[in-house]
Order: sequence, then C-alpha cells, then structure tokens
Amino acid sequence: MAKISIDLSPLQKASAWKPAEVVFWLLPVIAFFLFPKSLALLSQIAITALFALSLDLILGYAGIISLGHAAFFGLGAYAAGLLAKYGWGDPLLGLAGAAVLATAAGFISSFLVLRGSDLTRLMVTLGVSMMLYEAANKATDFTGGVDGLQGVEMKPLLGEFTFDLYGKTAYWYSLIVLFLMFWLARRLVQSPFGHSLRGIKQNVKRMPAIGTPVHGRLVAVYTIGAGYAGVAGALLTQTTQFVSLDVMSFSRSAELLLILVLGGTGSLYGALIGTAVFMAAQHYLSGINPQYWQFWLGAALVLIVLFARDGIMGFLNRLPALAAKKRGD
Amino acid sequence: MAPVLQTRNLTKRFGGFAACSDVSLSVEQGARHALIGPNGAGKTTLINLLTGFLEPSAGEVLLKGETVTRLGQHQRVKRGLVRTFQINQLFAEMTVLESVTLSVCERLGLGWSWWKPVGSHGAAVDEAAELLDTLRLLDVAHEKTRNLAYGKQRLIEIALALASKPQVLLLDEPAAGVPTGESRELFETIGRLPRDVTILLIEHDMNLVFRFAERITVMVGGAMLTEDVPEAIANDRRVKEVYLGEALDG
Repeated sequence: MAKISIDLSPLQKASAWKPAEVVFWLLPVIAFFLFPKSLALLSQIAITALFALSLDLILGYAGIISLGHAAFFGLGAYAAGLLAKYGWGDPLLGLAGAAVLATAAGFISSFLVLRGSDLTRLMVTLGVSMMLYEAANKATDFTGGVDGLQGVEMKPLLGEFTFDLYGKTAYWYSLIVLFLMFWLARRLVQSPFGHSLRGIKQNVKRMPAIGTPVHGRLVAVYTIGAGYAGVAGALLTQTTQFVSLDVMSFSRSAELLLILVLGGTGSLYGALIGTAVFMAAQHYLSGINPQYWQFWLGAALVLIVLFARDGIMGFLNRLPALAAKKRGD
Repeated sequence: MAPVLQTRNLTKRFGGFAACSDVSLSVEQGARHALIGPNGAGKTTLINLLTGFLEPSAGEVLLKGETVTRLGQHQRVKRGLVRTFQINQLFAEMTVLESVTLSVCERLGLGWSWWKPVGSHGAAVDEAAELLDTLRLLDVAHEKTRNLAYGKQRLIEIALALASKPQVLLLDEPAAGVPTGESRELFETIGRLPRDVTILLIEHDMNLVFRFAERITVMVGGAMLTEDVPEAIANDRRVKEVYLGEALDG
C-alpha cells in the first residue's frame, strides 16, 4: 500500500484540548473567589449553560429545531423535587432519576417530533411542552401547581457536603456536573456519531446514500438532548430546593433558543458563552431598569441576527482572519 | 454471467403521469452499462427507484438475486448499491478528508461509535486518505468543500460513493457541468475502477458514453426502448430517430 504523502494531523489532533479551552474553564473557578456574594447567580448560569448545551446538541449539531425544550428541563426538575420530597434526597440519585425520566420522555416524543419539516417540529415541540405545562399546573396535589413544589429537602452531597446558605456547595456541584456533561458532549460531537449528525445537518439528502440510518441518529441525539435538559432541571431543583411551574414554561424554551443564537450554535462553547453573556446582561440590565430591560435584549437579538448570524462564537472564530486582514492592509 | 442488478416491471406514477413504466432492466456483474435517453426519459427516476430514494408504484428491484424493493436507502448502501447525484450532494462545511472519512466510518459500522474522536479511528482516516490519493484530491484534503472548484467537488461526489465500497455504482451524470478537458480526466478516473465494481451510468454526452460503455440501454418516455452493445445502438434506426428528433426540435 502506498504511503500517503500528506500530514493527517489536522484531523487526528482536532480533538485535543486547546489552551483557550483550559483558560475558559479556569474562569468559573476564578469567579468563585472574585464574586463570593453572587454564587447563586453563578450557579444559575452553570445550570442554564447545561440546559443550553442540551439544545445545542439537538439544534446546533443535528439541526432539529425546538421551541419546547423546557418540557424536559421541567420533567427533570419535578422528578428531582418529588424524589427529594418523598425521601430520596440524595442529590446524585436525584440526578440519575431525573436523567432517566427525561431521557425516556425524549425517546418517546422523538417519534412525534422527527416527522415532517422544521415548522412541524416547532409546533410539535411547542405543543408537547404546553401539554406538560398544563398537566403540571393541574396536578396540584403532585406538583403544587402555581404555588410550586415545596418541601424539597436535599441530603448532603456524597453524604459529606451540605447545601449551605452561601451556595458554595451548590456552585461547585453545578459547575462540576456541567463540566462532566460538557466533557461527554465534547467527546460525542467529535466522534463518528457526532460527525454523522453534522452530516445530517449539512446535507440530509446525502446521508442515506452513504449508508446512514438518519432517523435512528436523530432519535438518538434527541433522546440524549432531553436527558441533558433533565439533568439541568434537576440541578436547579436541588440547588434551590424548590420547583416553580415556570420550569416548563414557553418563555424558558424561547429564552433558551435566544441564548443559543446569541452564543452561536454548533460549537458547545457558544452555548456556554451565550448563557453567561445573556444572564449577566439580564442581571445588570434588570437592575438598572427592572421593567423595560427586555428592550435591550430585543435590540441585541436583532443586531446579532442581522450582523453576526453565527453569534458570539462565530465572531470569535472570525477574529484571527480579521486580524490577519488588518495586518495585510 | 448472472445479473447483479435487476428490475422487474418497475413502474413509478406521479398522479396520472408514468415517469417510469414497466422497466425490466438487467445489469451484468462487472458491467460498464450506460443508460441514455432524451430529457424526461425517466433515467433519474429509475436511479431513484433503484436506490430507494423513491418507492415504486409497482414492480421489484433485485440486488444479487434478492429483492430489495422494500429496503431503505441506507440498507441498500450496506448491501453494496451506491449512487452519486446529478446535482452535488456534499457537506459544505466539512473538509474533504472529514467528508470522506465520514462515509468510510459509516461503511465500517462506526456510525454509532461515540467515544473515540474521528481522528483516532486511524484505519478509517487512512482509508479515506488513500481514496483521496487515487482521486488526486490529496492536496485539498484539509480544504473545506465549499471553497473548492466545481470540478473538484464533482470528484468528492464520487469519492463519497467509493468510500462505501460499492459493488454496484450508479453514476448520475458524473460529468454534468464539468468543463470538457476535466470530464475526460473524470472518466479516466472512473475507467480505472476495478472490474468487481459494476457501473451503471447515466450520461448526456454521447462521446463519453460510447467511449466508456460496453452495453447501452435507451429509455424514452419512461419506458425502455432498446438495449444492446454500443455499435448496434449507434446504428439503431429508432434510437437515431429519438435523438435526431430531439436535435431537430432543439
């Protein structure tokens, strides 16, 4: 067999951790020391980032558009809450229970969602999440309805770390779960499975012609994405020891889509950066102007979609080329 | 020799219009078989029926003697029936090497593998690189598909199919849109494929067809008109009429 005369390393080394990634993951650690009074907000960011990651897997990589992803977040949140309320207060057990429930729900609903076009998918995901929302609203004995689920009592993490008033345990717990799930997602998207998802997004007509069972792949990633969302929901319940009905609300699904567009789809990091920027902006803008802060959010959204379609990550990726161009001039 | 690909009374109707009617085609193992006919003769419809892209209204498709009529596209690919498209169907944002590796991975059954990065599946990457070498695409291996010239993209279209190790390769106008000089080269590449790959070709350029094909089927209006060796087809009065008629009309 003839030896190949080119360097294959760009593909072989594509999966190596880059220095910028290491720096990125040091930021939340630094933030812990820099903003000790804002740990509740930082935990929320980590949890929402995990939620955004779950949507990035299905939308950013596989191209499945969803306006009802909060359904799985909410299922996970209620699962963890109910488990804790009825005596299964171990956090990791709760996470596992929430993941199993949300994953199963994702698998079942995938067969509805994956029929038809983007518009069908938008409507089906929206419809499913609306039904679940109203079911949770109605089942007051079970969920507490609009009053929320009370009496969620968490046992110490690993039997060792109690959830303290300052939110230290909650922050580290959320951050470590986020990192581990991110690490798994990173492996997933760089694997042949992940590449086949990108293939489906880029050219769904070609994939069956190279032997890919497209439907099966989409079912798989939708199911995984649902499981991720469920874990995020469970984290929110466990770190706040409360479940409010709005975990399943339409606005949560819509906000998530917005976060992902802001950060940039299909890069994993876009989901994380989008969440951090969005939630920080929300925090400060609503502090300045509690009633009208969404004005600025809307303005930012319009500007992004018009001038930086691929979001913050897309802009960051173009920076080196822009810099090179400037030097060339 | 036994036919490797056969159809029995294959028919596809769109409403009242029969795009393909009662086609019984037989392609021998190792053949260099061409499918010709004027525009609208049903050639691409036939390819779509063979590969499972369309479901037939009636009739059967047999691959190596077994019926595959009810199988999905990807299942037929797994059995060795692979196509290219008349209009490029590529992965614009992937590099050439990534695209072909993707196709190799699917053939090797790695499509569900999710733990190891693509680049660590050394056998798949090496095989993709070798394929690029034979198609003289190695120098653009790390270029994104969308940045390449059309002629190169046409080769990737074929590379993706070859990565599936076809036993029967259906080429739907492989030289469509490619400048004359490059299309010669393209057909030399196709001509170098080993004989254990059976080839069924749709092509408009008669020079290319008569240089390449050893057997020619002529389709008109969704039905088979005739089938024979190239010399006989060239002298067939009905075929001449079909093509002359078209030439005069056009």
